[in-house]
Amino acid sequence: MQTGLVGECSWKKLMNMADDKQNDVKDEVAELAPFDPSKKKKKKKPVVQEDIDDSAENLAEKVETLSVSEGLESTFTGLKKKKKKPAEASLLNEESVEVGGEDLDDPAAESEEGEGIVLQQRYPWEGSDRDYEYEELLGRVFNILRENNPELAGDRRRTVMRPPQVLREGTKKTVFVNFMDLCKTMHRNADHVQAFLLAELGTSGSLDGQQRLVVKGRFAPKNFEGILRRYVNEYVICLGCKSPDTILSKENRLFFLRCEKCGSGRSVAPIKAGFVARVGRRNAGT
Amino acid sequence: MSEFDTTVPTAFDPFAEANAEDSGAGSKDYVHIRVQQRNGRKSLTTVQGLKKDFSYNKILKDLKKEFCCNGTVVQDPELGQVIQLQGDQRKNVSTFLVQAGIVKKEFIKIHGF
Repeated sequence: MQTGLVGECSWKKLMNMADDKQNDVKDEVAELAPFDPSKKKKKKKPVVQEDIDDSAENLAEKVETLSVSEGLESTFTGLKKKKKKPAEASLLNEESVEVGGEDLDDPAAESEEGEGIVLQQRYPWEGSDRDYEYEELLGRVFNILRENNPELAGDRRRTVMRPPQVLREGTKKTVFVNFMDLCKTMHRNADHVQAFLLAELGTSGSLDGQQRLVVKGRFAPKNFEGILRRYVNEYVICLGCKSPDTILSKENRLFFLRCEKCGSGRSVAPIKAGFVARVGRRNAGT
Repeated sequence: MSEFDTTVPTAFDPFAEANAEDSGAGSKDYVHIRVQQRNGRKSLTTVQGLKKDFSYNKILKDLKKEFCCNGTVVQDPELGQVIQLQGDQRKNVSTFLVQAGIVKKEFIKIHGF
């Protein structure tokens, strides 16, 4: 209970901080709430009257105790009601449905309604008076925060890298057109990236006059993308905070990655080409 | 000093020289599986860095039988023995090595595109 209270307090604070709009909307809904049941009652009235004509109650009293009689009816004319339910639910928007659920005058009707409406509720605690759970409230706060001011929600902006543009030069060479652009977006030395790419592809290649990377062999853009992805994971992304704002520096023959955001550093493996099998024609002499 | 010796449990000595087996956590323990393009749509798979204790020829024989491809063991002056297989067998080789218990999954590095 204690924790529940604390949770509620902090939740309220956060709510105030997070959104004024949402609160306003809620208040409006609360003000509107009294109208909604009346709407519902109008719709149901014909049914009510049919049944009650026999019992001949006076109308004035009926208006007062309508909700109760409705409740009774719902038990009798359960089938009819159920048929009507979907249409009603669709007519009323979510908020009003929520209010309707809180309408505790006719418990029987509510219990019936509950089944139809549960799917449409925004929050799991709606329609019941149980205590809020911490996780649910936390999720709610973050949803609200994300709606109203997204920069506070802690969503890190995703760094977008353009897909590699690849051309074929002749039949045996591939040109990686926006190689320099991608190096710049990653803030990495082009030589380093090139060394990695060539080591992974197991071929040779070089930069041409327009700073494009010409690679020997036939490769699809997808291939480059996969390798760049691996490169980013290994040499760009900070392991601690996942931010790409990192600097790769060389300190006495070892590469170190230093994060600009959180200040953490780590060492990264040097690029090694590994074994490259000899492909192609052998020399005539040997 | 003697007190320290008695109180501190000496199960793990941080200042001891790293063992040969432990030090391999860096780059030595990895098995690198690479692919290389040949002419046309042909390719070549190389497996480098298997433990020296294994008989490369026997592994190669099984690999060849399993994937229905040819292959050789190449002697490289720097990297020791390297298995070469015809075709892009990277997935096959890694699953084979893991299933046969030759290498753990964490120590396999698949290169190439």
